[in-house]
Amino acid sequence: MRTFTVNGHPVSVDVPDEMPLLWVLRDELGLTGTKYGCGESVCGICTVQLDGRPALACATAVAAADGKNVTTIEGIATDPNGDPVPAARAVQDAWRRLDVVQCGYCQSGQIVAAVSLLQTNPRPSDADIDAAMSGTICRCATFVRIRAAIHEAAKVLAA
Amino acid sequence: MRAPGATGNDAGTLPAAGVCAGTVDRRHFLKAAGMLTLAVCLGSAGRPAAAAADSTAPDVGPVVFAPNAFVRIGTDSSVTVIADHLETGQGVFTGLATLLAEELDADWNDVHVEGAPADVARYADPATGIQGTVGGTSMASAYLPMRVAGATARALLVAAAAQQWQVPPESITVMNGLVSHPPSGRRTRFGALTAMAARLAPPAKVALKDPAQFRLIGNPWLRRKDSHAKTNGSALFTQDLKLPGMLVALAAHPPRFGGTVKHVDAAAARAVDGVVDVVQFAGGPHHSGGVAVLARNTWVAQRGRDALVIEWDESQAARPDSTQILAHYRILAQSPGVLARSIGDVSAVPIDETTLLESQFEVPYLAHAAMEPMNCLVQLTDSGVSIWNGEQLQTPDQAAVAALIGIKPEQVQITQLYAGGSFGRRANPHSDYLLEAVSIARAAAAQGQRVPIKLVWTRADDMRGGYYRPAFVHRIRALLAPDGTLAAWQQRIVGQSVMTGSPLQASRVSDGIDHSSIEGAAEPYEIPNLRIELTTAKDVAVPVQWWRSGGHSHTAFATECMLDELAAAAGADPYAFRRVLLGRHPRQLAVLDLVAARAGWSTPLAPGPNGERRGRGLALHESFGTCVAQVAEISIAAGGKLQVERVVCAVDCGIAINPNVVTAQMQGGIGYGLDAALYGAITITDGVVDQSDFDHYPPLRIHQMPSVEVHIVPSREPPTGVGESGTPPIAPALTNAIYNATGQRIRRLPIADQLAAYPAKA
Repeated sequence: MRTFTVNGHPVSVDVPDEMPLLWVLRDELGLTGTKYGCGESVCGICTVQLDGRPALACATAVAAADGKNVTTIEGIATDPNGDPVPAARAVQDAWRRLDVVQCGYCQSGQIVAAVSLLQTNPRPSDADIDAAMSGTICRCATFVRIRAAIHEAAKVLAA
Repeated sequence: MRAPGATGNDAGTLPAAGVCAGTVDRRHFLKAAGMLTLAVCLGSAGRPAAAAADSTAPDVGPVVFAPNAFVRIGTDSSVTVIADHLETGQGVFTGLATLLAEELDADWNDVHVEGAPADVARYADPATGIQGTVGGTSMASAYLPMRVAGATARALLVAAAAQQWQVPPESITVMNGLVSHPPSGRRTRFGALTAMAARLAPPAKVALKDPAQFRLIGNPWLRRKDSHAKTNGSALFTQDLKLPGMLVALAAHPPRFGGTVKHVDAAAARAVDGVVDVVQFAGGPHHSGGVAVLARNTWVAQRGRDALVIEWDESQAARPDSTQILAHYRILAQSPGVLARSIGDVSAVPIDETTLLESQFEVPYLAHAAMEPMNCLVQLTDSGVSIWNGEQLQTPDQAAVAALIGIKPEQVQITQLYAGGSFGRRANPHSDYLLEAVSIARAAAAQGQRVPIKLVWTRADDMRGGYYRPAFVHRIRALLAPDGTLAAWQQRIVGQSVMTGSPLQASRVSDGIDHSSIEGAAEPYEIPNLRIELTTAKDVAVPVQWWRSGGHSHTAFATECMLDELAAAAGADPYAFRRVLLGRHPRQLAVLDLVAARAGWSTPLAPGPNGERRGRGLALHESFGTCVAQVAEISIAAGGKLQVERVVCAVDCGIAINPNVVTAQMQGGIGYGLDAALYGAITITDGVVDQSDFDHYPPLRIHQMPSVEVHIVPSREPPTGVGESGTPPIAPALTNAIYNATGQRIRRLPIADQLAAYPAKA
């Protein structure tokens, strides 16, 4: 039995220790916003936050989440107290203003990665964005708008 | 909380936001079936989320006004547009909604979109006669019908208001979802009129707006209808759907196409905690058979599959080898093919060795590698079969599934979900992954597991599952006239036919010519003497299908590279050389001129720092009625590291229904084509596909994406598609830029490691 929080809510799961968090979230907890793309830590689209830092859910055994706080796309905009998370709101708003999404399948991972970047680096340069986002692929190649939306969210946060 | 083998979780088990996104409550599911929608679960806001519909979809509310197959208007004034095409990122939901809402004069904020069920009688694409989303036809085909659907609904609402207020209908105006009678100051929203409108007979004819009156069509500020759901995790893809009792199936496929199961030892797989069953399923001529492991958790199913011990019968398996295939094509390209297109007489042009150019271009097999690997959810029912899928080819898929299990096509119900990319793959000409899912569901039912089955392919299954963009060899001989203009062009094209045996064969293959193999060759240029020959390679046992932009994905490369070589041989500027050939094609010429102007073509590129080489390349290509020109600017560092810095793109797609979507599709099409040009190649050795993951089939990443500037040619011509047309020009624009920077011609894709190490420029 492993116990951790997901989006602020305590959960306990009785699954094998090595089950990746990805499949615990998706198939056991019904949180399907976190997507499966490769299962091999190559595509990055299953990015979630583990104690506030970006982590690949496919490469995180559920045992490694024990006692930690997991944040997924479903809960990233609101903190456990129900208050808005400024970086996440800014990123989601910018994503919508700039119409970043196409097929949308990778965008949960893109957004979680972008929020994580802005939470540690509120005014990232293009090089910072490359470093933080190059692990998360997008086959629709929405990269031009991902970059623009991160810059826009940073501006909003600074205002 | 639950063991992997436990039953599926119920909505609300976990008090986290949006926790039940993938779970169907049976009560809602059954209720939904009659409404042609799928209520998936009660989300955190207590609101049912429809399949492939935006998360801001209206609360239930009785639907009283559904004047045609494309729109429903609720008493709450919500406008639900029924989209008969697959939303796979290309923005078709938004485009269809824009057309309908324009003529309805709806408030854009009231408009929601829902995927249509499979129903060819109501939703056939006039361009193909089937329901499906292929060939960039969606917006061109929908331009009038969706507007008529909106205008009809509007006329009925106006008639209802006129009756209710006892005023002449001509005195009523509609704007932003508000129906008004200015003389009396009366006004109301759609909802209050729906009951009466539903009882009126629709007018036989409706007037459509003049484009000058458009407020939504062409409006760059409209935003996508799927944006909200795709930024909060609530958008539902096939991968996300979970039905009561559903089992996930992970299948072991034969390592070579055509292999079958000789013997399976499933003891270890069955011993994996949580594995529910193991079933052997039959394949067919175009889809694989194999052994599937069923479990409630995808990871458990995969562990079970990995524990299978299977002996394959490969006596009938094919052993194609991509290196040998290309070598064979090179030989075939030495001999004449079937004449596919001819203008003038190339043999009558005197050959002068000084002005004869001959080049050969090669492109590899390509995987689509959509972000969401193929998957499909199937439930056998008493009346047939129900399928939930990001469904791209409804009518042929219904027919194929019906034929497999001996029922009628209309007994195959398909619920539309969002697709996590496709690039053509989900529209398989032989319904491969759907047939596999149905085969597994039948095998499972035969073993007592008559439950919904969701087939899930892993990344490796997807990459090795076949149906690639075929490899092609183009051999082009061209002659320049003494004045440096293009006098003759002979192009031999060798490769497999995609359309033969596909549902589109009747319209795309004639007299032995698969027109998708040659589409776009030497076009749209005016060449006085032209000869296009096709050799269709037969007996090549590699499953192939269309890939974003179809044949244009390779004909544009060969054509635009060759033009660049000819311009260089003629001592002409590549832009000026193309201008001459487009003299009688004003639309295409305007696109070329626009891209040249915006790219600053006449101004030399600034030199790069530290001896870095820089170059600029141009390409233009028309596909599916949309003309796109691109200028790529690149840099090559000492040592050969290539960076595409900037791409300027001009596009003429007729009326740009959603300029914002057009721009996005050009950006995305460029990124998709760039990735293929740089690294994309599926290779096959002794029948086994060499690539199985993104390490060996590298996707483009953000740091490799150039800045992209898109310029749309203003137009009042009918709209054409934009999902495909951004891709073809980028590969030749890039290789032409490499030539401009280094003098090296790249004639074989991908570029991969062909760039020789360049010493720093003096």
